[in-house]
Amino acid sequence: MASTYPIQIDKTVHNPLLQKAIYTATGRLIDMRSAAVATVPNFQELRTQANAVKKHTIEHLDHYLEMVERNVEGHGGKVVFASDANEVADFILSLAKQKGAKLFVKSKSMTSEEIHLNSRLEAHNLEAVETDLGEYILQLADERPYHIIAPALHYTRHDVAKIFTEKLGRSETEPSDQAMIARGVLRQKFLDADIGITGANFVVADSGAVVVVENEGNARLTHSAPKIHIAIAGIEKIIPRAQDLAVFLALLGRSATGQAMSVYTSFVSGPKRPTEIDGPDEFYLILLDNGRTKVLADEGKRESLYCIRCGACLNHCPVYRKIGGHNYPWVYSGPIGAILTPQFHGIDKDPWLPFASSLCGACGEVCPVKIDIPRVLLELRKDVVEAKTAAGTNKLEHMIFRLWAWAMKRPKAYERLSKAAAIAAPRGDAQSGWIKDLPGFLAPGPVAGWLQERDLPRPASKSFRELWRERNKK
Amino acid sequence: MSRRVSLFVTCIVDQLFPPVGLAIAEVLERAGCEVEFLEAQTCCAQPAYNSGYQNEAREVARHFIDTFRNAEYVVAASGSCCTMVSHHYEDLFKGEPAMLAEAHRLSERTFEFSQFLLDVLKVDDVGARYDGVVTYHDSCHALRELKIKDGPRRLLSKVRGLELVEMPAAEECCGFGGTFSVKFASVSGGMARTKIDSIESTGAGTVVSIDSSCLMQLRGALLRAGSPIKTMHLAEVLVSK
Repeated sequence: MASTYPIQIDKTVHNPLLQKAIYTATGRLIDMRSAAVATVPNFQELRTQANAVKKHTIEHLDHYLEMVERNVEGHGGKVVFASDANEVADFILSLAKQKGAKLFVKSKSMTSEEIHLNSRLEAHNLEAVETDLGEYILQLADERPYHIIAPALHYTRHDVAKIFTEKLGRSETEPSDQAMIARGVLRQKFLDADIGITGANFVVADSGAVVVVENEGNARLTHSAPKIHIAIAGIEKIIPRAQDLAVFLALLGRSATGQAMSVYTSFVSGPKRPTEIDGPDEFYLILLDNGRTKVLADEGKRESLYCIRCGACLNHCPVYRKIGGHNYPWVYSGPIGAILTPQFHGIDKDPWLPFASSLCGACGEVCPVKIDIPRVLLELRKDVVEAKTAAGTNKLEHMIFRLWAWAMKRPKAYERLSKAAAIAAPRGDAQSGWIKDLPGFLAPGPVAGWLQERDLPRPASKSFRELWRERNKK
Repeated sequence: MSRRVSLFVTCIVDQLFPPVGLAIAEVLERAGCEVEFLEAQTCCAQPAYNSGYQNEAREVARHFIDTFRNAEYVVAASGSCCTMVSHHYEDLFKGEPAMLAEAHRLSERTFEFSQFLLDVLKVDDVGARYDGVVTYHDSCHALRELKIKDGPRRLLSKVRGLELVEMPAAEECCGFGGTFSVKFASVSGGMARTKIDSIESTGAGTVVSIDSSCLMQLRGALLRAGSPIKTMHLAEVLVSK
């Protein structure tokens, strides 16, 4: 059948240590979320409300983008609209040149991962240091995030010790020691940095503020210690009013890590004012499109942009829990990655992705903004088939479904064909009656796939309809 | 009042697990229903729908709607096939007002077996006896689309001799997922093994579900692992005396 997937997936599934690491970490996040959700009686109402706010905002995005620009600039900040990764890099590089900046500190930002900002800066001999502990570990290991909120989820403390030994010459295996080692390195970077780059969990239109949510305090240092703060946000991160945060902050921490609220929630509205002693002298908000307006234009799948990047769909996805984060083709992994990637990159690039789901629906059930991910996956599957049909690359599969439909509309043909299958099927195991294996040349693709993992039931010697006829004759 | 029930046995039960269909008929008759089986029925169209072949799915769905046009109640042997009819036909026919109305009319009359017993017949004790320790697997579409969670457990708890134990992560998918099970065989097989770990941790001798497709996945993986744990459709338990 069509849509072959990366072979690396099988290796991940058959790596017991990695399986245990993923399953344990996501399992802990599931338990913490469910305990936190249980304390909020109107949690489901909050989800409905958040969905309505996102829907409204996305449908009136032009209006709110202008409002953001007006209000951020009213506070003395500057708004930069970037259509793609190049425009972001061009802006930051020219700013760095103009200011003589050499060192950047960064707090966790999936949007910056999306545009590979670090490697773009490094290509111009600029140093960008990740300051979130997980992201710092990954930067040392030269890997991309394994998970949207728990980027180093696949590493044990011994893995971290190995990386620290190699890169920092420190072999401590206690996580608290490792945190102190990273802190020692990073403190100096904060003090020396010329520019701090953060992401934004929310961009609040009516107050022209950026909201950054974190647990380590590193984002706070990133946006307050250096003289210049740049926040990078996808245009879909906008919410209309500060009061909407009451809904979104209640949902985000609980959905992500089971926290009623994350340890630090910063509201950044521009550079420091004349009367203030702390804060950056300059503030820039980069609002990135990078394909988002294309998604927005598609009414049927537009809701994909509601995502607030909590990672709950990853934790609850039985497929993510088997294949992990790095087998997804883009920085966004799990169910949300499976619907965002084809829409951003085009469905012809990784056509297997929307099919890598049992459609169990666990993702949609926990999504704090109620994105109907299974429905969007189905839409994408339909798009993939349409594209393949147009390109003529699914001829065999299409023919199989045509024949199938032909037979399913003709009960007599259906019965004859299934009778033939029942007669032709090989004998099963003496005890269970189920088929254990078949010689390769006798097993068509789907049957071989099934038998690789499981025994296969033999068609019943008499179908239900035959038994029903006999029953009614008596 | 006797209700006329039309069995929607599903192609999987028709071809692979016919005793499930007979058990459903038997339980419904004991509960006073008049049971019919419309021979024109084949498949609900879900395999094509979930694979992205909407045109082919629509043709088969049209045949299904035609078949059950005059049925008073349609009772499905599967939660997943039931949601195809009750939740997704309306999507397939959103561009055809007349068919959409038919799909909607059918949706209102279509029930999953346990749902029909509890919500329509208002029966939770069918007088069954089954000696053994049993654990219940929540099948995904029944749980998340039909909101079936406590119903099957209530029915099982009324069965004499049966001890019901909860498995950890009962709501986690078994890994079947239709063509997913063969397109992503290793992932699907891994999911089944995780599920089996949960089932085995309960000490139950039997795992029960309301979907024969999940049970096919679980039984296939249990047999492959050499496990003695049995799989049974809810109806097979409820028909036991």
